[in-house]
Amino acid sequence: MLNRQGRPTTPQSGASDTHETFTGNKALQQIEPLIFEIGSTDQTGVDIDPPAAYRKRLGTFERKAAMGLPGLSEPETMRHYVRLSQKNYGIDSGLFPLGSCTMKHNPRLNEKMARLPGFADVHPLQPQSTVQGALELMDTLAHWLVTLTGMDAVAMSPKAGAHGELCGLMAIKAAIAARGEADTRKVVLVPDSAHGTNPATAALIHFDVRSVPVREDGTVDPKVVAALAGPDTAAIMLTNPNTCGLFEKDVVAIAEAVHKAGGYFYADGANFNAIVGKARPGDLGVDAMHINLHKTFSTPHGGGGPGSGPVVLSERLAPFAPVPFIRKTEEGLQLVEDDAEATKHGAHPFGRMTAFHGQMGMYVRALSYMLSHGADGLKQASEDAVLNANYIRVGLADLMSLPFGNKPCMHEVLFDDAWLKETGISTLDFAKAMIDEGYHPMTVYFPLVVHGAMLIEPTESESRASLDLFIATLRDLAMAAKRGDTARFTGAPYHAPLRRLDETRAARSPVLKWTPPQPILEAAE
Amino acid sequence: MRYLPLSTDDRSAMMARVGVDHIDRLFADIPHDKLLDHVLPLPLAKGELEVERLLAKMAARNVPASSVPFFVGAGAYKHHVPATVDHLIQRSEFLTSYTPYQPEIAQGTLHYLFEFQTQVAALTGMDVANASMYDGSTATGEAVLMAHRITKRNKAVLSGGLHPHYGDVVRTLSHMAKADVVTMTPDLHAKENLIAAIDDTVSCVVVQSPDVFGTLRDLKPIADACHAKGALLIAVFTEVVSLGLVASPGEQGADIVVGEGQSIGNGLMFGGPYVGLFATKTQYIRNMPGRLCGETVDAEGKRGFVLTLSTREQHIRREKATSNICTNSGLCTLAFTIHMTLLGEKGLRALADVNHANAVALADQLAALPHVEVINEQFFNEIAIRIKGDATKLVDRLAHHGIMAGVPAARLFPHQGLDDVLIIANTEINTADDRAALVAALKEVM
Ligand SMILES: Cc1ncc(COP(=O)(O)O)c(C=O)c1O
Repeated sequence: MLNRQGRPTTPQSGASDTHETFTGNKALQQIEPLIFEIGSTDQTGVDIDPPAAYRKRLGTFERKAAMGLPGLSEPETMRHYVRLSQKNYGIDSGLFPLGSCTMKHNPRLNEKMARLPGFADVHPLQPQSTVQGALELMDTLAHWLVTLTGMDAVAMSPKAGAHGELCGLMAIKAAIAARGEADTRKVVLVPDSAHGTNPATAALIHFDVRSVPVREDGTVDPKVVAALAGPDTAAIMLTNPNTCGLFEKDVVAIAEAVHKAGGYFYADGANFNAIVGKARPGDLGVDAMHINLHKTFSTPHGGGGPGSGPVVLSERLAPFAPVPFIRKTEEGLQLVEDDAEATKHGAHPFGRMTAFHGQMGMYVRALSYMLSHGADGLKQASEDAVLNANYIRVGLADLMSLPFGNKPCMHEVLFDDAWLKETGISTLDFAKAMIDEGYHPMTVYFPLVVHGAMLIEPTESESRASLDLFIATLRDLAMAAKRGDTARFTGAPYHAPLRRLDETRAARSPVLKWTPPQPILEAAE
Repeated sequence: MRYLPLSTDDRSAMMARVGVDHIDRLFADIPHDKLLDHVLPLPLAKGELEVERLLAKMAARNVPASSVPFFVGAGAYKHHVPATVDHLIQRSEFLTSYTPYQPEIAQGTLHYLFEFQTQVAALTGMDVANASMYDGSTATGEAVLMAHRITKRNKAVLSGGLHPHYGDVVRTLSHMAKADVVTMTPDLHAKENLIAAIDDTVSCVVVQSPDVFGTLRDLKPIADACHAKGALLIAVFTEVVSLGLVASPGEQGADIVVGEGQSIGNGLMFGGPYVGLFATKTQYIRNMPGRLCGETVDAEGKRGFVLTLSTREQHIRREKATSNICTNSGLCTLAFTIHMTLLGEKGLRALADVNHANAVALADQLAALPHVEVINEQFFNEIAIRIKGDATKLVDRLAHHGIMAGVPAARLFPHQGLDDVLIIANTEINTADDRAALVAALKEVM
């Protein structure tokens, strides 16, 4: 085939896609050095006039030694980071089915709202009379969160999901201490399917973790919980919908078993996106639950953060919420920042999670998302998220194996690697082959209760056409795997900016920062 | 609803394919009486224009820092952030990516994290830095727990110059983790005797410099005293720009350095998101909390970066992990890295110099006022003054006159005899006119 310029459109011999370029670049994929290799310590991308002569007041602490921090001019900086961005995959690049992470569309209206100077350019310690709108925003978001969850109160300040878990368990610890049972209630029950942050959080504040085995069908058995819970039990941490993509159908009985033993029910709300507007954790016996605003409520993941993890609390735990919190008064909204002030209003805060008041930038984005959807749209979003996951399930069920049978799932569908047996292809290989097809892989090897787990969460943001192509692609890959087209997997990815990376080597002798190359010493004669 | 691509027809067709006649069949595991049969009592969907109107109205009820002479600091600082930074962090591929668990398609993130770690190590004068914590305060809390793990001791000593919110975070965490904390009394004049508090049961001493009142602290003798007793020095800063002009904590003997990185690249945002910096010595790497990015090669021998040493982390180690942190400050580290790259050492030193010069100028002007005592002898860009009368009332009155004069110490240290102390920050944003306005207003109301 020739194009209109008379040039061939199919590869000719000698022009294969493997030939090396002079630069090592491949068109849009540029090899990019580190700033330390291209910048210099006397280059800068800012123009700052030196101050008029003055007498320094630094005592003996002036920094004299060189720091070794290179600078770049503005155009060089721009190009460097744009080129780096081109090596990344984001939600805006394509379907991002990372289970447990809820990679939904990040509306740009949210970004615009978060940058309004009235939110972005206010200081946490300005007089409260000058930030009433910011407090109103926090209070409005709090109202949405307690209404959607059917809970009594919310502690806004935790900075991410794991920080929310910590906040919830601290409130539980304080409530137990207030009952005079601090020395006896030390155990937190954690299902084997839980995310790593759950046991890590419990252990961080000296709870003993007791695992709860997951039964055949991927859910937790209330009888097992009842048997494990007792006078030593502080709480259960239960993810619902759980990490196998299933709703814990016996959640009410589990809550009862824990409550009967005198413990509290902490819910990991990472998967709240499946049930917003469909069911309220408060109706299910939950005492505390964190909400990842960066999952359910669309604030961007930003390559690993920032997040925001408000914790909704039951009536029993609400008095122990940390400072700061907002109170309505005659003169307006008051931010209660210290224990003495809190005690005046009948609260018993367990302490403080962080400096200042939490992730305002994320609150604005989350509220912008909620206002846009409305109560009706939020419910629709959850229904679509669940429908999309089930559509993928039925599209792949004949080729890939479902560890708990081919039955409805919530907003994510979990496969295992039983179907890959004897192919010589691992879950990781399969994931890397998806990269070549232009997809971000699903979550792999989590939850741990399933061998070679592949957890697919499409979210409500995908169109039917997008899902159809995704299903067709995974079917093609699955059939190739079964056919014995092994190299397509074990060598993958072939088309990413880099081939498979050697993680073992990175951990064996860690190189965690750039160091100047050592001059090669002449061998002594 | 503009964010939802499925049409009603799509939904029906897909339900048919899935084999259900009603969407609620997919929610059948929810106990029947708990499944909501109504839409919750909250407003219904709105178009973009209406949402903008609503939120703009709330925003308009706040007074932005850039609209008035602004001297509020005490842990968060108003600086100029170059336009390039905000443009770059909004690149889709950065903004909408996840934690780089699939390194082959996340080299953009990993590459800048490696740059970030190198920059933070250089700034703090330490061997290694991690890929960020939530903020300076939680980084401090984690540093204390890390010191306990290393020393196998259980007691922290907190300087009276430590930001009280940071102290509260440490005390809350320690109380819950059954560790001891000795808190020195608020130390306005930097006169406390920390060394006397160090014995061989102490795991670490936590000292902030510049301290919460703005005074530069001498870390060296404290580091020496710590080391003599087998304890660690944790050095804290809330104003990272100070490191452009002030000797690094590493040079002064710190073992762990933590601080707030907000000043570089990140706006005030009413308190968050910010970026916690965390650095230490090589021998303590395996005790560090948080993610670490490391260099390696790909199958063709090309250099690349991955998250590494994850056997410290919760997703591998579960209840034996060094911390529970997972999501960190991702995009805020990118903002930090880009701004730092624009500055370079030359720009950072220049920026720090302007900050210090402005603070010195203001300190001189204030010292000349009749009823004002400037507390600090050596400082960077923040000072504390003692006034006649109540600093909270003064700040409220000046806010009424359109001047944000600073943070009354009593807001951070209520009921501790500091009602007449005002903490005042100066950065490159403060002009000579701003300072003149502040001085004139103080004269008028006092
Ligand atoms: C089930 C579950 N729990 C907890 C977390 C922790 O949340 P974060 O990363 O916001 O700390 C995550 C996500 O990473 C998760 O998937």
